Amino acid sequence: IIFYIFSTLYFQLSFSPLVPQENAGQFFSSGHTNNWAVLVCTSRFWFNYRHVANTLSVYRSVKRLGIPDSHIVLMLADDMACNHRNPKPATVFSHKNMELNVYGDDVEVDYRGYEVTVENFLRVLTGRLPPSTPRSKRLLSDDRSNILIYLTGHGGNGFLKFQDSEEISNVELADAFEQMWQKRRYNELLFIIDTCQGASMYERFYSPNLMALASSQVGEDSLSHQPDLAIGVHLMDRYTFYLLEFLEDIHPSSKANMNDLFKVCPKSQCVSTPGHRTDLFLRDPGSALITDFFGSVRKVEITMETINLTEPIQQRQKETYSYVDQLPVSEIIHQKPKQKDWHPPDGFILGLWTLILLVFFKTYGMKHLKHIF
Amino acid sequence: VCVRVCVRVCVCACVCVCACVCVCVCVCVCVCSSVPQPKDDFQEELVIRPLHSGDIYASFQFRTLWETDFMRGNKVSHYRLFPKSLGQVISKFSVRELHISFTQGYWRTMQWGQPFLPSPPGAELWVWFQDSVTDVDGTWKELTNVLSGIFCASLNFIDSTNTVQPSASFKPLGIGNVTDHRFLRYATLPREIVCTENLTPWKKLLPCGSKAGLAVLLKSEKLFHSSFHSQAVHIRPVCQDWQCKTTSWELRQTLNVVFDLHTPGQGKLEWSLFKMFSRTLTEACPLASSSKIYIDITDDPQGEQFEVSPATHLLSQAMVLGDRRTFSVYDLTQQITFGTVRSLNLLIRWKSRDMLRPLLHAERYVAGYGLQTGEIHTLMYNNHPYRSFPVLLLDSVPWYLRLYIHTLTVTSKGKDNKPSYIHYQPSKDRVRPHLLEMLVQLPPNSVTEVTVQFERALLKWTEYTPDPNHGFYVGSSVISSLVPSIVAMDTNSTREQPLFSSFFPCKEESSYFMRVYTEPLLVNLPTPDFSMPYNVICLTCTVVAVGYGSLYNLLTRSFQIEEPSPGLAKRIANIIRKMRGVPPL
Repeated sequence: IIFYIFSTLYFQLSFSPLVPQENAGQFFSSGHTNNWAVLVCTSRFWFNYRHVANTLSVYRSVKRLGIPDSHIVLMLADDMACNHRNPKPATVFSHKNMELNVYGDDVEVDYRGYEVTVENFLRVLTGRLPPSTPRSKRLLSDDRSNILIYLTGHGGNGFLKFQDSEEISNVELADAFEQMWQKRRYNELLFIIDTCQGASMYERFYSPNLMALASSQVGEDSLSHQPDLAIGVHLMDRYTFYLLEFLEDIHPSSKANMNDLFKVCPKSQCVSTPGHRTDLFLRDPGSALITDFFGSVRKVEITMETINLTEPIQQRQKETYSYVDQLPVSEIIHQKPKQKDWHPPDGFILGLWTLILLVFFKTYGMKHLKHIF
Repeated sequence: VCVRVCVRVCVCACVCVCACVCVCVCVCVCVCSSVPQPKDDFQEELVIRPLHSGDIYASFQFRTLWETDFMRGNKVSHYRLFPKSLGQVISKFSVRELHISFTQGYWRTMQWGQPFLPSPPGAELWVWFQDSVTDVDGTWKELTNVLSGIFCASLNFIDSTNTVQPSASFKPLGIGNVTDHRFLRYATLPREIVCTENLTPWKKLLPCGSKAGLAVLLKSEKLFHSSFHSQAVHIRPVCQDWQCKTTSWELRQTLNVVFDLHTPGQGKLEWSLFKMFSRTLTEACPLASSSKIYIDITDDPQGEQFEVSPATHLLSQAMVLGDRRTFSVYDLTQQITFGTVRSLNLLIRWKSRDMLRPLLHAERYVAGYGLQTGEIHTLMYNNHPYRSFPVLLLDSVPWYLRLYIHTLTVTSKGKDNKPSYIHYQPSKDRVRPHLLEMLVQLPPNSVTEVTVQFERALLKWTEYTPDPNHGFYVGSSVISSLVPSIVAMDTNSTREQPLFSSFFPCKEESSYFMRVYTEPLLVNLPTPDFSMPYNVICLTCTVVAVGYGSLYNLLTRSFQIEEPSPGLAKRIANIIRKMRGVPPL
């Protein structure tokens, strides 16, 4: 352990000329060992292109700062890149004149289309998924994970609309986070929401270690940034646009902290007033680095053990195989119809026959019974 | 235990000050187990075929062969070229054959001819399980969930409402003795979108990834800006050699794409690798045993109408789709192919091309009007001048289109054509779709029409998708047939053949097996107006308010008589009289 501390101190010294004790304190201050991100776009239809672009730009920043695809759950409610209305297929742009393609060449979407529902979102957060769900669709966080949750779409005072057909309320979201806390599914959680009246969504939180940011206060609308005339829709929302510009300057070893994040997009740029909530966060926001949530801590263990690989033992088959005839016409014509398994008669049929028998015996009297038995 | 002793003798002559000759002999002894390590082999190829309409068809095939046995309790743990995620899927779910394809666009048979590997629009998955599986439906559900995670697609929407068990179609394409159709499951998702997020995990399954070899050309911005894009994964056991005593597992990853003539801008009949893929080739995949590009030059072997540069002298002939075609071959494992610039950018120029009329093609459409009933028409065209051949039609219709099978008619050339085999499984609401399989003999040079009437069902309001006014999709029909071939086909399956001609096993010389997919249908179901709840609340509240208010007034209002107020002069006079103490007027 001492060797480990010394090696990390040496690393820190090579990066910045600070006092070793201060560096060590900074290194061990956060307490998380892995990072996760849940990025959700809840809107469908082509005119909501900007919500998909919002989510993809946060995805791009988070991947650039080190979180791997296996630790990102990306939920996009509609497909904009390969939409038939997209004049440049397989691209989603965030800046006009098609400067930056946030879709990229290496994207992995975990939940897409009709799968993005309130139920699936809450199941991902709380971990109550059916057993056959693949790993890429699960949030496998533990009590030392820092999670970033980003939601965007159309919302109102106290709710967020999913795909034009259902809503999630702020009470449900707060309860989901409390379930996560009770099951020790996070160490610290950063919640960012970019919708109209977004601040209402974090009003009801009551679990510890939560920090929340919203793009607008209650009663205000979040506005979109700029349209692109070639694509024909608005490309991004203002808050996420300036958030993306801010994150583009962050690199994995940056020391920028949360107070800088709160200053992103003041009223002059955003028209709405972004809000934040830090009373549930146990640390001082100034001591929480941006890379604590947007970047990734990789725990690498180097081992010098060798492992012997055993070779598989194979058995040879002695029978001869052959390919099957693809359309054996004579076989198909003479195929006997499948013998259906005999099932006992349905309840309806049984009831019907009982009724018929009862009526028969009622009409003709019980003395006929002895003729039958 | 066999002991292989390899002896290397190296003689090096070193001239040093004392002019001595040194001889080094190194002896290495390798000890191996009773059976050599299972061999695996990777081949990649690209076939480019210019089409009659000026479009160009490119088909990539990547094949990994592995002589191992996933079954019989062997736990395979050392993977080299074969991807581990698929190997684990095969052994965990006891899969014998797996075919999955993702397609964007519809293959236009009349304009483009026949594809090397057909696929329907959307996602299609069909699987043969081993006969050791006891609960096929449960295993199928788990398999679809796992595949949806591997390919980033919504395959978890495959459930009993869109899965069918064909009774005669989709015979196994690999070797094996089991043909009990209880172990076969087939499902399509016609609504499934294909985009970069499906291409990314597909590329990661290749041994060289997208870093070297032909996969370098697979850039999503160009591939999805095309008329047709289809990527597929096929896993099946094949014979290792002509004796066929041992099997090896074959994984084929195929990608078919048709680029539109007019999309890049200029309309000239000139294509190059850079124009198609915005990349050129610099090397073959180092793990590949063969890496080749084939260009179809059949119509013009002399090179008058057709020009390919850089020129190559390698030619090859192959029997594909019942026809003998000639190809120019570029071997990427030879360094000379790349020339002095170390990169290969093929340029293809042609003036015009003959159209070969496909022998079999099919169409499907919905007839009728209104939102209550309709009719599905399937047309199958046999363009052969004098031969008739049998086709097997497989139709899987969702339960919310209630088919009236008593109205099923099959007519060819105006006369009734009775199918020699019909298998129909009726649907069960919210449990099972309809399954209709028919073996029909198509007369030469004719159109066969299959019609069936249906009624549309009203769904429960929670069963509608978030965008119900788009419509509901009905999956493509599958038409499998043995089409007579123009030239004699090669039935020796293990001779060295290019990959694109050796996919479907060939049993007889005079015909070849082909599958044609029709268009999917888009049907509108009677959709309630989902904005109505708000309107209903407003209307109801207004009615209640007006009705209750009127009733309340009628019951509780009482009338009193009141004198009208007097004029101004009279009011002043009344004030003066009050002051005088006299009663008012």
